[in-house]
Amino acid sequence: MMKLAKKDILGIEEMTADEISLILETAESFLEISTREIKKVPTLRGKSVINLFYEASTRTRTSFEIAGKRLSADTINIAASTSSAVKGETLLDTARTLEAMNPDIIVLRHSVAGTPHMLARMVKQSIINAGDGAHEHPSQALLDMMTIREKKGRIAGLKVAIVGDILHSRVARSNIYGLSRMGARVVVAGPATMMPRGIERMGVEAFTTIEDAIAGADVVMMLRIQLERQKQNIFPSLREYSHHYCLSRRHMKLTAPDAIVMHPGPINRGVEISPDIADDPACSVILDQVNHGVAVRMAMLYLLSGGNE
Amino acid sequence: MKLLLKGARVIDPAQNLDALMDVLVEGGKIAACKPGIKAPAGAKVLELSGMLVTPGLIDMHTHLREPGYEYRETIASGSAAAVAGGFTSIACMPNTLPVNDNRSVTEFILRKAAEANLANIYPIGAISMGSEGKQMTEFWDLREAGIAALSDDGNPVMDAALMRRAMEYAYSLELPVIQHCEDKNLSAGGLMNEGYQATVLGLPGIPAIAEEVMVARDILIAEYTGTRIHFAHVSTTGSVRLIRAAKKRRLKVTAETAPHYFTLTDESLRNYDTNYKVSPPLRGDADVSAIKEGLADGTLDAIACDHAPHGRTDKEVEFEYAACGISGLETSLGLSLSLVQEGILPWPELIAKMSCNPARILNLPKGTLAKGADADITVIHPDLAWSVDVAAFHSLGKNSPFSGRKLKGRAVLTIVGGDIKYDGRASQP
Repeated sequence: MMKLAKKDILGIEEMTADEISLILETAESFLEISTREIKKVPTLRGKSVINLFYEASTRTRTSFEIAGKRLSADTINIAASTSSAVKGETLLDTARTLEAMNPDIIVLRHSVAGTPHMLARMVKQSIINAGDGAHEHPSQALLDMMTIREKKGRIAGLKVAIVGDILHSRVARSNIYGLSRMGARVVVAGPATMMPRGIERMGVEAFTTIEDAIAGADVVMMLRIQLERQKQNIFPSLREYSHHYCLSRRHMKLTAPDAIVMHPGPINRGVEISPDIADDPACSVILDQVNHGVAVRMAMLYLLSGGNE
Repeated sequence: MKLLLKGARVIDPAQNLDALMDVLVEGGKIAACKPGIKAPAGAKVLELSGMLVTPGLIDMHTHLREPGYEYRETIASGSAAAVAGGFTSIACMPNTLPVNDNRSVTEFILRKAAEANLANIYPIGAISMGSEGKQMTEFWDLREAGIAALSDDGNPVMDAALMRRAMEYAYSLELPVIQHCEDKNLSAGGLMNEGYQATVLGLPGIPAIAEEVMVARDILIAEYTGTRIHFAHVSTTGSVRLIRAAKKRRLKVTAETAPHYFTLTDESLRNYDTNYKVSPPLRGDADVSAIKEGLADGTLDAIACDHAPHGRTDKEVEFEYAACGISGLETSLGLSLSLVQEGILPWPELIAKMSCNPARILNLPKGTLAKGADADITVIHPDLAWSVDVAAFHSLGKNSPFSGRKLKGRAVLTIVGGDIKYDGRASQP
């Protein structure tokens, strides 16, 4: 088995296909731990992991916390609700303070893109990016890829459609990098106001209608619409958005027959995904994604801690 | 004091002069500029063969931070940075605390400039009170106090009616109006140039049209009112095209750009290094080419570095919270010399954009070595190889993306009013 020769996991962009495979395989081997009666192994005993969350998050933070605890790491959660600028303490001050407490890994979520990269340059500890602005969300893309691999047996050769607010989505960016690198064909869809400039240069095909994007797709990934974006006039109303971009039963006739439906959560029922699709065990894999999230994060913590040395 | 500069290549675009000759300085003025001047009794003689002697360089767009933000820069430290960079005169923007929107702030700046006694400093007054874009300042009073121009710089005048009135009123007072072109609605929330790089980095974009819409608007206002307008730090292809067309129609439009807009692209933001965060943002390759073309064909009249010194706490923070700007006075000439080295501008054209043209735009009695002119002179070593060391900056602002960059050519002697204010000859290798 090879090892992950990285100090940090900042994004999927800088990962090779081999590194992605290593994390996915490690995660698959960890999946079983979460089914045991005693859901704990001593692997990371004596290691400390700080979950530093500058942006509200229940799912990702909890998932990282459970992942750390199942590996017996000491996990500490810091919910920094205000920006360092507002507090008057700079990111560098925060970094040096945490560094002085000598944790092993810092898991950082921040609303400003690039902050994990800055932190990684400032401290000797390993940094895991748990989502930075609209940039990357590597653990999400990894758990998505793990889910696709489990359900489809492969990633290479599949058509994956990502639908919604691509402009503001770190999930879309990380998945575009990861899925393309693993050999899938990625298409994106959304109104032009939600489509970032030059997206085609990332190797994807862009459509303005959901129908064009999901035609023949093996995987349909719906993105969460954030209501506050309405103020920026990127869409006029949830009503109009849902009329044209909500994944519904009628769409499933356009996809490949055994297509799976994914969503990074939390879902807005009836906005980007209709309740009957979200709850349909025949196509929806949303809860598998959550389950895989713990395993993927265990693998990330494990491999960054020196892994199988 | 008498000073004789001997044997240099003298370039004075204002007199259409480019030849080996001598320059004699007496009583703070240029006494003669011709070949073979004999040293008068008591004159200090400087042997300058291989050097260039030019009219003192002028940077028409700087931020000196005093009053209010003295940890970023003071008028004294900014003056020291100016002369070390080869600049004998600089104009400073009004976004201090308080804003330079009244006579007493202008007088304070001029008093501090006199105390520093290094470079000539020309304050730029605010167009609107507090640069809030509502109520016009007292242009007349500000002019009497000593401002050289008007601008709300980083808080551009969004209200077209206010801009129209300001341009008319300023024109009657012969005060140039300088606009930082940025439609604040189009740029809202943006942190870097909108395009592929912003998409990859996940940073909110500022589209080129945010700049161009206001350039177009102000050209229309200038035409309608018959007044003139100067555009600060032009950064996009579309702006260059609009200004070129306006000049062709003989409208009273002038423009500057900054060295970073012909040196860097938005690709340099790949590491989220906040030293590359500027306003307007670094653009793409096509824009850099357009800026160079605009410089070459005369669409862009001046090079001004938009010297924006910041403290570490302003830059060592998350990208969104980091301040915009580059501490530029000490790298501006070195970076601009690449335009000569690349064959984009002949020497006299470069000197015109860094001296004569800014003097003309700001109505300053500067920018020439003609007999009787103020003896503001820059001596440039055109081949001196050096690398940028921010720790050695005279400016308090060490925020430069050019740290460590190797450059060729720099100012080695800066003379203001006949006095040597900077002598970097000893530091030559």
